[in-house]
Amino acid sequence: MERGSVSSALYDLPGPRARARNKAFSVLAILCILALAGFVGYRFWITGQFESPKWEWLLYKDLQLQLFAALGATLGAFVVAALLALAFGLLFAVARLSEHWWWRTPAFAIVEFFRAIPLVVMIFFLFYAAPQAGINLGVFWSLVVSLTLYNGSVLAEVFRAGMQSVPRGQREAAYALGLRKNQVMRAVLLPQAIQAMLPTIVSQLVVLLKDTALGFLITYQELLNEARYLGSLTEFGRPIIPTALVIGAVYITLCTALSSSAGYLERRSRRTGRALPTPDARLVTAELAT
Amino acid sequence: MIQLLLDNRDLFITGFLHTILLFVLAGLGALVLGTLLAAMRVSPVPALRLLGTGYVTIFRNTPLTLVFFFFAFAYPRLELVDVSFFTRAVLALAMYTAAFVCEVVRSGINTVDVGQFEASRALGFTFSQTLTTIVVPQAIRSVVPPMTSVLNSLLKNTTIAAGFSVLEAGQITPALSERGAPLLIGMFWIAVGFGILVVPLTATQRALEKRWSVAR
Repeated sequence: MERGSVSSALYDLPGPRARARNKAFSVLAILCILALAGFVGYRFWITGQFESPKWEWLLYKDLQLQLFAALGATLGAFVVAALLALAFGLLFAVARLSEHWWWRTPAFAIVEFFRAIPLVVMIFFLFYAAPQAGINLGVFWSLVVSLTLYNGSVLAEVFRAGMQSVPRGQREAAYALGLRKNQVMRAVLLPQAIQAMLPTIVSQLVVLLKDTALGFLITYQELLNEARYLGSLTEFGRPIIPTALVIGAVYITLCTALSSSAGYLERRSRRTGRALPTPDARLVTAELAT
Repeated sequence: MIQLLLDNRDLFITGFLHTILLFVLAGLGALVLGTLLAAMRVSPVPALRLLGTGYVTIFRNTPLTLVFFFFAFAYPRLELVDVSFFTRAVLALAMYTAAFVCEVVRSGINTVDVGQFEASRALGFTFSQTLTTIVVPQAIRSVVPPMTSVLNSLLKNTTIAAGFSVLEAGQITPALSERGAPLLIGMFWIAVGFGILVVPLTATQRALEKRWSVAR
């Protein structure tokens, strides 16, 4: 095995015939991609998406400032919700591992409930229903609280799986040294769990960042709403496609930056050799596919 | 409590029916497209690998809301085939979920022991024979639990269509609010509804795991 990766184990080093065939497939694939891209480009062209008026909005200072304000709104909701969700997750992970049923059971019920409820339903509930009960959270907090409850619950499961993946001997040794229950948790289990689960935690934060876009549905003035507003300006010929493309690029940049930090952390923890085997890791990671 | 459900049964029934329909259609689409993408990502043809990787990177890093946004507001401007919003919602969900299905299938392929590939190659199997007769039957077992989670997320994600005026379960809350019904109870019933919808998913997962666990 030259490279040892599974995909290279799937086939032999291609011989002359296979090389020719692969080359033919390559050419075919490239042609298909070009045809598809060409078709999309042609539609863009024919409907005038490349005409300069549709892109001129990018040149106006006021609109640029608005765009930055919208970016700030997205990032603001992300940062607040991320911090709260991490705190929520830690708290509930510890509660779920408690030895007392009166901690364990409610924590289990709460975490399962908020994981099962679609985020949109939660956001709509806080935005439309809570005011009826006299709780007026406003747009920002409706979004942030919903994001916190959902992602916090997922993170609680991640932290829990992490702590359970710490070898039993660690906990037993800590108790044998005379540490208290909360010392064992704080000084022994949590640091190792966080280290093992860091890539998963970061991917969940990427999910959270993407989910801030749901604020669009309750008219929180974030990037998507800005795109909608800019896309409706008649003086630029209602450039909805250019704005959607620009906002998409912004999101992809932000998320790729965050996810590549997850990849970096994964490599780093593997290099230091302190990453722990996580039996649940596969399941937990799949949980993140929101 | 039951009264609210009975009074607004029209909302709940059409809402959840649309949710189920969206879920089934988008799920099938995502499974087919995702498996295809996974095959592309492990194929010996670099151009195909690149295409698969590009697709997954773009769709995994774009909010689903933005995909919906594109299909809802930008798609009509391209003056392509005019399709109903429901169809576009299915397309948006399927294209988005396919990226996650692809990753699950690919990591499933990675769980198959390298010796299996080598043995099949030693026996003279071609790439597609290796994939279909040796790898996929083994990979599918480890794929079941994460795939269930992906489908579970898809089920919850269908509610985003509510924001773009498809009447499904996510739309129930605002509609109830308009009718002035007590929403706390409405929310409870929606949660129950989703709970019920998840049951067949997890049951299928259990059954498949039980059936296939013996083979290894």
